[in-house]
Amino acid sequence: MANLNLVQAINLALIQEMEKDDRVLILGEDVGVNGGVFRVTEGLQKRFGEKRVVDTPLAESGIIGTSIGLAMAGLRPVPEIQFEGFLGPAYDQICSHAARMRTRTRGAYTVPLTIRVPVGGGIHAPELHSDSPEAIYAHTPGLKVVMPSSPYDAKGLLVSAIRDPDPVIFFEPKRVYRAFREEVPEDEYTIPIGKARVICEGTDLTVISWGASVMQCMESIEKSSKSVELIDLRTIYPLDIETIEASVRKTGRCVIVHEAPFTCGFGAEVAATIMERCFLHLEAPVQRVTGFDTIMPYYKLELNYLPDATRISGAINDIAAY
Amino acid sequence: MPKKTVLSVQIEFVSILDEHGNYDAALGDGLIPDADLIKLYEAMSSCRYLDEVAFKLQRSGRMGTYPQNMGQEAGSLGAAYILNKDDWLVTCYRENCGLFWRGVPMESILLHWMGDERGNAMPREHFATPIAVPIGTQMLHAAGLAWASKYRGDSQIACTFFGDGATSEGDFHEAANFAANLDLPVVFCCQNNFWAISTPGRIECSAPTVAQRGIAYGMPCLQVDGNDIFACAYATKWAAERARQESKPSFIEMVTYRLGDHTTADDARRYRDQAEVDVWKERDPLLRTRMHLERKKLWDSSKEEAMQARVKTDVDAAVKRAEEIAAPPAADLFNSMYAELPPTLAHQRDTMQTHSLASEQAAKVEGH
Ligand SMILES: Cc1ncc(C[n+]2csc(CCOP(=O)(O)OP(=O)(O)O)c2C)c(N)n1
Ligand SMILES: [Mg+2]
Repeated sequence: MANLNLVQAINLALIQEMEKDDRVLILGEDVGVNGGVFRVTEGLQKRFGEKRVVDTPLAESGIIGTSIGLAMAGLRPVPEIQFEGFLGPAYDQICSHAARMRTRTRGAYTVPLTIRVPVGGGIHAPELHSDSPEAIYAHTPGLKVVMPSSPYDAKGLLVSAIRDPDPVIFFEPKRVYRAFREEVPEDEYTIPIGKARVICEGTDLTVISWGASVMQCMESIEKSSKSVELIDLRTIYPLDIETIEASVRKTGRCVIVHEAPFTCGFGAEVAATIMERCFLHLEAPVQRVTGFDTIMPYYKLELNYLPDATRISGAINDIAAY
Repeated sequence: MPKKTVLSVQIEFVSILDEHGNYDAALGDGLIPDADLIKLYEAMSSCRYLDEVAFKLQRSGRMGTYPQNMGQEAGSLGAAYILNKDDWLVTCYRENCGLFWRGVPMESILLHWMGDERGNAMPREHFATPIAVPIGTQMLHAAGLAWASKYRGDSQIACTFFGDGATSEGDFHEAANFAANLDLPVVFCCQNNFWAISTPGRIECSAPTVAQRGIAYGMPCLQVDGNDIFACAYATKWAAERARQESKPSFIEMVTYRLGDHTTADDARRYRDQAEVDVWKERDPLLRTRMHLERKKLWDSSKEEAMQARVKTDVDAAVKRAEEIAAPPAADLFNSMYAELPPTLAHQRDTMQTHSLASEQAAKVEGH
């Protein structure tokens, strides 16, 4: 057991998977000598050599396109896109190829690929370094979308992602990178993709969140007099409907919290699922506390944009009083 | 049939004022009058001082991540000096010097890196597009801006700046191809500083020059000493004339070096040798310009001192103005979203909430 932050936990998962399986290789901008701009791949090139930890040209479409080829040939590439804002150039390769290859070839070719992407706001970064595009990829059939909120989960989920036979986008919330440490076993363990985690149990209402917002939810719940159940989705797609359903049937009230914009945010999908599955158990309309339908602002206003504990508490109180 | 050569290309390298102060009068004379050269030197010095101040601001928490321009002042300045005031300047983040020459206020750039969008509200009369953050994307805009000028029959051209790393992105290649094949009056200026964050030039371009990337698309190319204000002006003049007279693009590789870290979030010691940096410190564009002015008896240490004092006053005043600008109100998130704000968005702005019960509660309170 070591006390690790998110960066270190991911680093450890990468090391262990690379040691175990020589089909695993890392590629991306500045991931080698520099160890990545967030140092997530720190020390890996020294350890595994330039063949397995590759500094690529500055081209996201190139990184993902070649990763698709590597994966089709049977390797297990783990490309990094430096910030979620730079997924743009890779979008075509991800959505037109990675997501579709299995279907298009009726399974003759598959793309076992794990795309690591730092995500989200709250770190005073420049433009296009703070967005939350998870819903775009959850809306793309053929992809799995994962977003851990803690070091322990990140390690187990990354191992699952690398071993998964299908393409996974592994979003790493930047605000969590160095926010806290927790016990992370050295020993191998996995956390299944598609399983949410109940962080704390409660009976009055359910809060569902993922990524860095989980921290704001915990802050709000600590202050709340209500008995709140907090669910961290951990995987955006495939959605763990069972855990959600069991909780909301019990509490009858639900608040969904995410950084991404409101309209067509993944909270909309969760809310619709709850409406379909728990209709007769609902005591109040499902509420969403999210980023606004605006461009993610530069950092002077980012805290006005991001859902904080105050906004979450407001929703908790309103829904509890309903 | 014997094989025959169908293409052999040559790329010229232009240096007019080298790091030792050697000056090629045949190429340089008539390019920059002495009085202007003094102003250009002051502009570079001012930009350099701004970099020092910005670095300290970032370190003391008064500014976000900032990319120093140190060492690369001559390229964009040489271009901005030659271009007409209404030619488009389409840049990324290492072209402060050219933007300031154009008239973009220092506060704009400061505000941008202080996390305030209003820094990007570039007055249209400067014909400068906002700093492009996604690498390698803005060159296509330059092609479009140039196209619009051609469409209207104007003489305006577009000059775009980007790094060596940016030439790895697909968009760069599309921009070059569009400009060359649609005959668009674009000047492509690549600032080859040998690094893209920690990625060395050989990973971005294994050909002997970046300039030849232009040749691949049918553009004439020049490689110039990018730390030589004369060479940068010379090449821009050559390319701008071709753009204006023939409506055709050209490609300039400005060979330079990033003397600082990639940004304040970077630590270049992790991936490059100090010895390499030291070599380039000798090739600093400011040093050689000063040397040249001194040799021409246009400059001395008292002039230097007076100039440095002026620069300090001006830059410090700009920093003060930028810092005095209070954070925008939260409603600013919404105000520039659309020409007409959709009702749901107006509602979000007015309540600063997204959950529907907030409004119901508010309505109840009002109703009582
Ligand atoms: C599309 C995209 N990918 C990645 C980044 C992150 N990034 C910012 S600057 C940079 C390197 C740019 O290198 P170069 O084009 O040579 O310009 P320089 O910084 O050397 O002036 C990278 C990778 C980005 N801003 N945009
Ligand atoms: Mg560069």
